[in-house]
Amino acid sequence: MSAMRTLVAALRDPASVATLDRDAWTALVSVARAEALLATLAHRVEGQPVPPEVEPTLAAARRDAAQAQVAALWEAEMARRALAPLGIEPILLKGTAYAAAGLPNAAGRQIGDLDILVPRDRLDSVEAALFEAGWEWVKDDPYDQSYYRRWMHELPPLIHKTRDRMIDVHHTILPLTARVRPDAAAMINDAHALPLPQSFVNLYEPEDYPEVPADPSVVPPVAGCRVLGRFDIVHHCVAHLMADGELDGGLRNLWDFHCLVREMERRTNGKYVKDLLGDTGRHGLHQPFARTARLAHHLFGPLMYVREPLTLADRLFLRRLLARDDWGKPTRPLTRLAFTIRGHWMRMPPLMLARHLWTKWRKR
Amino acid sequence: MSHNHALRIGPVSFRIRSDWAAPIDTLRRLYAGYPRPAGAFADATVRLEANRFWRRFIRPSVHIGGDWTIPDALPLPLAQGLLAAEMGMNLQVALGWRRHLLIHASAVERDGRAVMMIGASGSGKSTLAALLGEGDWRLLGDEFALLGLDDGMLAPFPRLVSLKNAAIAEVERRVPADRMGPLLKGTPKGDIRHLVPRADAVARMEEGARPALMLFPEFGATAGVRGVGAAEAFVRLTESSTNYVALGEPGFAAMMNLVRSVPAVAIGYGSSEEGMAAVEALWAELAP
Repeated sequence: MSAMRTLVAALRDPASVATLDRDAWTALVSVARAEALLATLAHRVEGQPVPPEVEPTLAAARRDAAQAQVAALWEAEMARRALAPLGIEPILLKGTAYAAAGLPNAAGRQIGDLDILVPRDRLDSVEAALFEAGWEWVKDDPYDQSYYRRWMHELPPLIHKTRDRMIDVHHTILPLTARVRPDAAAMINDAHALPLPQSFVNLYEPEDYPEVPADPSVVPPVAGCRVLGRFDIVHHCVAHLMADGELDGGLRNLWDFHCLVREMERRTNGKYVKDLLGDTGRHGLHQPFARTARLAHHLFGPLMYVREPLTLADRLFLRRLLARDDWGKPTRPLTRLAFTIRGHWMRMPPLMLARHLWTKWRKR
Repeated sequence: MSHNHALRIGPVSFRIRSDWAAPIDTLRRLYAGYPRPAGAFADATVRLEANRFWRRFIRPSVHIGGDWTIPDALPLPLAQGLLAAEMGMNLQVALGWRRHLLIHASAVERDGRAVMMIGASGSGKSTLAALLGEGDWRLLGDEFALLGLDDGMLAPFPRLVSLKNAAIAEVERRVPADRMGPLLKGTPKGDIRHLVPRADAVARMEEGARPALMLFPEFGATAGVRGVGAAEAFVRLTESSTNYVALGEPGFAAMMNLVRSVPAVAIGYGSSEEGMAAVEALWAELAP
């Protein structure tokens, strides 16, 4: 079995690692690292029989992720302070949101940049406030600036002068030019203030979901920030995974999806999934959701209301998601290229794409 | 066809795969005295690969891949394959290792106590450590000092010593030829030749040492010794650490403990003999 398959199996069923020999562990650690899933794996297999030579590596990954989460939440607090005078509570997205909301996939989840969502019509004042608080452009290129502003869903990346941390300021969900356009204003409207209301968390009881070790008592106090609503947090995950192209880190995002839906499904005894399905149409995400659900169902285990078999195209996605050899090296260059092209294709109409690539090529 | 080798240096186990035989053959020869990874588990992976298939054969150039890489790093010619392997292994430690506080320093040991030499490239820290390691000292490492987060002990990391430019001749005339790697001319860092640490350094690489002295050598500076306060040492050490920030509080605690309990001095010296004499003199003053 390839190491990527071993990784999927270990996430799906942690007890499966009991049969691995040391070579298989070496390959597993290497591909998990390459997919930014090592600490997730380390949490997942905690308590399983792990060889003594491997355990320190997993323990270090867990510690490292915990510390990275502390730093990420601090960064969210810094953004909150910067935007507070404007009366804007930043909506946390992706890894920072999962950590702030105490969701089960946060255990070991790698968090890189801080991603926040703010209303598009407040973008200028948000930008000014962030500059005031010490953030600056990573690269101040006029074409990039106008490109991001006119067409993208986020500002060009900003980095903090002294803390050296990046922030991505999103003003909508997908690029303004994308084929699919989720309703960002509605999502912003429905976002929850932190700490989360009981209605969001009260169904969480670790005893009855021993598969995912996450401790609700460590839900961090990130008051003054927001997270997306219980449907939208999944919609954003789907949009990010499916409609945003290259599928780099795709396996990690798919694992996020699986954990989020499983968790909500459990909290609401399945009613959630039905309601969620009804809600996807509102954001034009019906197809991407269905595909994400089929892939997660296939790789990580059954989800309610997912019965359709994999399509031929789904199998291409699988090929791409698992395109890595046992030494962590990316493989299947043609499949990868196809997804790169698909990513650009979905992001903008052909003529615009041609113009963009031409400009970028000339600036090389 | 790919070639690979696995080896352990102190607490770190590596596996290295290459598209070419030559770099692996050289590694096997130079690391012959090193153990295989404990239990055959390697926690760091290095890949030496051709960016394009035909680059294996036509003007072959070695791209350094692995668990951790530097984007846009320039490939090296195949003749410098050993350097690529060494850089790849260093990179995995610098960017990925979290089980110790990493300090960019060389270190030598005597009677269970260690001298750490901290300085930028060109300060002479590798050369001094290599020369001391040929005398009455045991070489702990020439590149990274691995400081234990709980016990404050230095874990040996006696990889091949990377000698540059003038330091090559200095060491060559003191050690047998079979302990030297091939001369790599015209690398991005000038001429490089690797030295295999003495057998005792490898045989005793499980045996830690307690830091007793921190030295900030400055080759070419006016001869003399200057005391370095804890605050200055702290700042210079944080600048020399690749994982201090990532480790968070345990890293801070280990660093504070080090600068508070271990004396630090800066030395200026103009020749290796002068440098080694200065280390011995400081050591004699320090002796309990």
